[in-house]
Amino acid sequence: MKVLKIIAWIALGALVVIQFFPTDKNESYTTPETDFVLVNKVPSEIENQLMQSCYDCHSNNTVYPWYSKIQPAAWFLEDHIKEGKAELNFNEWDNYSDRRKKSKLRSIIKQIESGEMPLDSYTLIHRDAIFSEKEKEAVLNYMKTLKDDLE
Amino acid sequence: MSTMALAATMILTASCKDGNKEEAAAPMSNEMHQESMDDKDDMAMSDNQDAKAEAILNDYFNLKDALVNDDNGKAKELGNTLAKSLKAFDASNYSDNEQSELKDIIEDATEHAEHIGESDIKHQREHFKILSKDVTDMVAITGTDKKLYEQFCPMYDGGTAWLSTKEEVRNPYYGSQMLKCGKVQREIN
Repeated sequence: MKVLKIIAWIALGALVVIQFFPTDKNESYTTPETDFVLVNKVPSEIENQLMQSCYDCHSNNTVYPWYSKIQPAAWFLEDHIKEGKAELNFNEWDNYSDRRKKSKLRSIIKQIESGEMPLDSYTLIHRDAIFSEKEKEAVLNYMKTLKDDLE
Repeated sequence: MSTMALAATMILTASCKDGNKEEAAAPMSNEMHQESMDDKDDMAMSDNQDAKAEAILNDYFNLKDALVNDDNGKAKELGNTLAKSLKAFDASNYSDNEQSELKDIIEDATEHAEHIGESDIKHQREHFKILSKDVTDMVAITGTDKKLYEQFCPMYDGGTAWLSTKEEVRNPYYGSQMLKCGKVQREIN
């Protein structure tokens, strides 16, 4: 019992200590000219969908949830956002070549179609990020049109 | 007191879980920053380039064979090998236009190769489709000593091509399921 108590105190101590570890915040208050929505003049209902379901991890600006202030959740988020932006950053859209745009669009379509995106760990908290069937179809159709224009 | 201990243990297990998830995600980002290790070739510049383009082709064909054999694990390994070869490619001897085209091709291909290095076989095949396009475009610029066959399967994803060194068709998109589906649509060299 004594050992358990010591472990518990250490764990509690560690949890307090890691709260003081800073994380890099993904925040930016300007939208660059290369942004997907700007470049493609995306219609507003599609834009809203993208903002709500994609931009938190795939742009330079995350709207952080309350638990992002608590470790280790903050680390977990930081990692996801870094990875998400490395794969696809909507803010940098026009910096991609046509070849890469096509590649990205293809992945966007495949992943939304198969339900891989938005991630389950994201929609668990962000319930409004889940696409309804109608929204999904609208976003997919839009992405397919963009892709066909590049072919 | 024991309630206290219980609460703390619960917090501990909760944070351990998160820790594991982080670890699971980590290797992916590591792979992206992998530097190539074979930069110290002492051959003449142009030979060196040709050798590097040939290395990419060889890796590509090995990867294709793994997919033909439905071998997910081998394809992962070979995807990573190909990503390394792609990163080692040096376009500096080509014209400005060719350089920017090659850089673009290599960047795109590297991303697909890296994904193949960490995906299930269905995803590997999806990425292999675009990778094949990239490698075909690369060969159009770099050329190759090999005799190549561009093959085409009308069934996979609305029609999909790939490259092979052999004339007989072995389909990397279906593997054993439809091994011989496809035809030669073009010969290179």
